[in-house]
Amino acid sequence: MRFSEIKTHLSKFRVGIAGAGGLGSNCAVALARCGVGSLVIVDFDVIEEPNLNRQYYFTDQIGMMKTVALKENIARINHDVNVIIHQKKLDRINITEIFSDCNIIVEALDSAVMKEMLIETVQIKMPGIPVVVGSGMAGWGKTNDIISRKVDETLYVCGDEYSEVSDNLPPIAPRVAIVANMQANVVVGLLMNTK
Amino acid sequence: MKESISVYEMLILKKFSFKMRIIKINGALISKEKYDTTIIYDGDDVQMLYLMSGG
Repeated sequence: MRFSEIKTHLSKFRVGIAGAGGLGSNCAVALARCGVGSLVIVDFDVIEEPNLNRQYYFTDQIGMMKTVALKENIARINHDVNVIIHQKKLDRINITEIFSDCNIIVEALDSAVMKEMLIETVQIKMPGIPVVVGSGMAGWGKTNDIISRKVDETLYVCGDEYSEVSDNLPPIAPRVAIVANMQANVVVGLLMNTK
Repeated sequence: MKESISVYEMLILKKFSFKMRIIKINGALISKEKYDTTIIYDGDDVQMLYLMSGG
């Protein structure tokens, strides 16, 4: 299938991105490059210099809200993508409303507690909507430990599912972007199979 | 030999830590508060996903 046909097909869909950090910013950019129709991006955080070791932002954006900067970056890559941003912290109440029209949701949050909250809320309150989770991407090397796996029709996970970030094992660009791009690839795979 | 155990008992039996995870039984997600009251029967399909901080 030619790229023009792929782009036409993907432009019909809306993908939710929960979090605009290491996973979210990289995944959103990959999906934007492919031509996904709409992205709903949620984050409450501001860009800081340490973020630049993995997040899809630039030095002149330090101090900006991540959602605002990401929207600008995406516009410069593919202005056909409709980017809807929310500057808020996700919770069990607002998730269903914020991601209401999304075909798929990408879990790109930071803490395991928030990941669990998002997955539980979407799986229980938005049945049928696939969630693509990112879990385990700390450190460097061990490239082949990063995999993607289908848990079932509505739940997918990318990552090594064992490495937890810490001061001595921080998340850095290569592994984080690998997981983020795997998530984007899972999303595109699902959408290409959706009418 | 028990034919059925609760999710909570299963985690203890298999020595899984109580770190963050997602558990689905026969396609239905079991939330944490229901671990000690949800029963796993012989033949049930149990899926787990480990949540690691970072992202």
